[in-house]
Amino acid sequence: MDFQVVILAGGFSSTLFPLVSKEVPKALLPVANRPVLSYVLDLLESNNLKDLIVVVEGEDAALKVGGWISSACVDRLHVEVAAVAENVGTAGALRAIAHHLTAKDILIVSGDIVSDIPPGAVAATHRRHDAAVTAMLCAQPVSGPSESGGSGGKDKTKKPACEDIIGLDSWKQFLLYIAKGTEIKKDTRVKKSILCAAGKMELRSDLVDSHIYAFKRSVLQKVLDQKPAFRSLKQDVLPYLVRTQLSQRSDVFSDQSNVEENGNGNGKNNMQNNEVVLSQILSNASSPSFHQVYESGLDSRKTHKCCVYIADESKYFVRLNSIQAFMDVNRDVIGDANHLSGYSFSAHHNIVHPSAELGSKTTVGPHCMLGEGSQVGDKCSVKRSVIGRHCRIGSNVKIVNSVVMDHATIGDGCSIQGSVICSNAQLQERVTLRDCQVEAGYIVCVGGEHKGETFARK
Amino acid sequence: MDTRRGALAVPKVRRVGFFTSAIEPTQDSSQRPNRSQSGPVEATTSSSPLSDSPSGNLISPVLIPPSRHHSDNLTSRAVAAAAAPVPVPGPAAFRRYLAHDRGLNVGSYNPPDSLLGTSPPSSNGEFSEDSVSLFGFQRSDSAKLSASFPNGGFDLTLAVRAPQEPEPKIATVSASEVTKKIAEVSGKSESVTTKPQKEKEPKSLKDKTTKAERRAIQEAQRAAKAAAKGEGNRRADESGKANPGKAAKKPQPKKERLPATSSVSVKTAVAVEKEKRMDVPQTQMQYDDKSRVEKAKKRAVVEQTESKNKVELFLHLPQYERGNQLPDLSSNIFILDTIHHAVYKVGLQHLAGDISGDNARCIAMLQAFQEAIKDYTTPPMKDLTMDLTTKINGYVSFLIECRPLSMSMGNAIRFLKNQIRKLPVNLSEPEAKASLCSDIGRFIDEKIILADKVIVQHAVTKIRDGEVLLTYGFSCVVEMILLYAHEIGKKFRVVIVDSRPNLEGQKLLRRLVTRGLDCTYTHINAISYIMREATRVFLGASSIFSNGTLYSKVGTACVAMVANAFSVPVIVCCEAYKFHERVLLDSICTNELGDPDAVASIPSFSTKAKHLKTMDNNKNLQFLNLMYDSTPSEYISMIVSDYGMIPPTSIPVIVREYRREHLLL
Repeated sequence: MDFQVVILAGGFSSTLFPLVSKEVPKALLPVANRPVLSYVLDLLESNNLKDLIVVVEGEDAALKVGGWISSACVDRLHVEVAAVAENVGTAGALRAIAHHLTAKDILIVSGDIVSDIPPGAVAATHRRHDAAVTAMLCAQPVSGPSESGGSGGKDKTKKPACEDIIGLDSWKQFLLYIAKGTEIKKDTRVKKSILCAAGKMELRSDLVDSHIYAFKRSVLQKVLDQKPAFRSLKQDVLPYLVRTQLSQRSDVFSDQSNVEENGNGNGKNNMQNNEVVLSQILSNASSPSFHQVYESGLDSRKTHKCCVYIADESKYFVRLNSIQAFMDVNRDVIGDANHLSGYSFSAHHNIVHPSAELGSKTTVGPHCMLGEGSQVGDKCSVKRSVIGRHCRIGSNVKIVNSVVMDHATIGDGCSIQGSVICSNAQLQERVTLRDCQVEAGYIVCVGGEHKGETFARK
Repeated sequence: MDTRRGALAVPKVRRVGFFTSAIEPTQDSSQRPNRSQSGPVEATTSSSPLSDSPSGNLISPVLIPPSRHHSDNLTSRAVAAAAAPVPVPGPAAFRRYLAHDRGLNVGSYNPPDSLLGTSPPSSNGEFSEDSVSLFGFQRSDSAKLSASFPNGGFDLTLAVRAPQEPEPKIATVSASEVTKKIAEVSGKSESVTTKPQKEKEPKSLKDKTTKAERRAIQEAQRAAKAAAKGEGNRRADESGKANPGKAAKKPQPKKERLPATSSVSVKTAVAVEKEKRMDVPQTQMQYDDKSRVEKAKKRAVVEQTESKNKVELFLHLPQYERGNQLPDLSSNIFILDTIHHAVYKVGLQHLAGDISGDNARCIAMLQAFQEAIKDYTTPPMKDLTMDLTTKINGYVSFLIECRPLSMSMGNAIRFLKNQIRKLPVNLSEPEAKASLCSDIGRFIDEKIILADKVIVQHAVTKIRDGEVLLTYGFSCVVEMILLYAHEIGKKFRVVIVDSRPNLEGQKLLRRLVTRGLDCTYTHINAISYIMREATRVFLGASSIFSNGTLYSKVGTACVAMVANAFSVPVIVCCEAYKFHERVLLDSICTNELGDPDAVASIPSFSTKAKHLKTMDNNKNLQFLNLMYDSTPSEYISMIVSDYGMIPPTSIPVIVREYRREHLLL
């Protein structure tokens, strides 16, 4: 279909600080004991997209991600892993791999999404409108733990009221305005020409940008070339394209049209005439978007279209971009959105690996997962949690709403609620954690009672 | 109804022009009876009580002497012949006329028939073409006959004969038999022309046929067909293709429909055979035939879902499911990698309604094919012709799933496949591709754009200063005409009549107003008021069938009829590539269903969303959004096509005479 897929897998994200480490780049964070990148790859594979470019920030991370990909799906997919310098941003990353891009359109997928929205829908919308850029929007994911025990903590307060502010036309096909909700303090500017041309604008705060975009390659590359200051696709490139959709500056877009005109001028006059008539028939027949109406009003300007695809509300979509989101994803993948996980659930709605050992009087509730080779002592209770591989959990331990990664050791009598315990971390006896994150390899000392803390080596 | 038939008969007059030297007047008179014989059969089959209604008197066709097309003397002659009868209205005249020209028709039809036994099959292209197109006519008659004789048009004569000779032994159609038949029929000739007898005859015919007799008839038909085939007569081929073979297999007595066929003249019999296989997309599926629908579903690329609350009368049409199709199709974009992305895009655009309008759809499709061909490479061990044809077939069926093809698109596809088929074998792949691409480009240029220009030139001569031109909906040719007329300084006013739910007229209105034309915009509800002002009606067309029926956006028939009642000339602008050799009698057999919700929802009524939902679940409520309707030819004063200004009765001539050229291009 002449699409190239680029997965922006990021590097060592700072927002996920204690979870990611030198060993675990963001793309390999386990969600239900699978790297988050595997969800993206699965989604793309199910859509028959097998030629992928994965862009990773930093050589180390690239090596790690590349290693995982080659071990996991070398036989099914054709993946190129490209390493770019750290902190270049998404736009910078694309700039770095620009010479790899050859197809007519580029589908850019963030590497940290867990979703079942078919990316083809974006591509189809993009093609149908012949747009310069098409963004996928989806309903804001439900955040926060499902059990409303006072586990709100700092994450809840941190969560912004609205993530994106999005302006749509009245048919919800075109993007007229986009801004990050956090950036807008009191007032904002909207292009008057766009507002006049579109007639009506619908401002929505209940939609979020899903970081799946389809770009026309020529447009994307031009913008990247000519605006070297742009770092982020979402914060720089997309708003720029949206802003300039009616008034393309000459420096970015006009040279292409000039070339076209010259080419035609040299050709036979008659031919050109026919082509004009042809394009006129075509454009007259289709119901004009406001772009065309505007264009016809002002002959000199060229416009491009910024389209949106709004995903169905029944579809699942979460971006793993915060610790809260990490918790949410883990919860949902073995809970509400369990079709994504690819595991088969037992009659109790949980997954207990056959090699896991459970002590006597230990209960593993629904929406739980117990990885391969893990040992759980006596009289434990596990609820709504994911426990990784080869974990050793003592007796009389309570784990609720938490994620315990591989090879963690938890002593007797611990109580863990709403926390993340990274791999190889060790909890000594009678530790009580609530809304805490424990870095990989960290040792929490005996008998501590902690709430909302982050344990990491300085 | 009757008037329509009267008008229907008129095309046969045109025939005369073509059998000029071959047919002598004496022959005409001798052949007349046969035709008049078939006349009564029609009369009975028409169940309409309207057969003698005053509508017959309504025909006051405005006589617009058609201008002669420079190149075709044939047409002009035909036109001249046509011009004569028109000013003579009145049913009697018509009736006589009918009898007369039908006689002519048969006269021209019989000679080849009598040749059957005696002469070897003619290899002369001219001849075969005649017979083929004749067959188009026979079929048109058979449509009317279908109630009693569901088999094809070829059987008409046999059917008439059969009651008299019911023996099932007629294995071959010998020359003697044919002549006998002619003699027999001619003997009856004079008596049958009177009306009462007309009515009686066929009734008795019907009564007489017992089961055994019908069987005999059928067998006779089969035998005749076999014989005809054996002799390599192409005509028989065509008729066989037309229906009996298929119709017999899946008898659908109620919804008997004219199978869409193409009686294209091709030079060699092999080509005809081939074409028969190739023209698959032309035949439409009956969507109320469960087993076939099931099969089609299995093949389908797009997942089809059952739409609820279907309208009984239109069950045979593909039901509208666009609400589900679009998301399904778009999410599968990467899975359907057999379909070229350009074709895919066009399909999506058709599905979403981004492109509407026949010319634009056709152009978009052809351009997509052009791109697909450019990107095509023949797989190893395969033949370009064969493989490309299957590829194109796949694309076409994909497009059909997105939205049923229009007639013009069918014609264009047929053209393309013909071009592929005729590619010289020794051509290398790049050459072949280049030649196909340039062929498509030429088709677009010559058949659409140039045709539009010619139409504009012709039609502008019909616009005089101070006129009020009424147009309905949106047609790109009509827009070009109006704009051009304005450009050359004619002073006129435009009335744009529009209709829900598409409101295509608004697009036209916007563009005309920006160009400074004086416009009035109204909806079709007000047509009878606004028609008083109009002095001319310009209409676009989706297709025109060989009986002169105009197939166009729903509402066109209404506009044409009101115009007719107000004696306002109706001028239809239609490119010749949209002409189709089929015959259309109503808009039920062939139509397209649109989005039913579009009828129900009114954009400004946003508060009614809840209301709509309750309506959705109501079992007693069915929404019907028809896309097309058919306008009988008597409401059309003139058709402006790229072959000049012609009366609707001349369509078959164009179809017959130019089809070959059209296909060869």
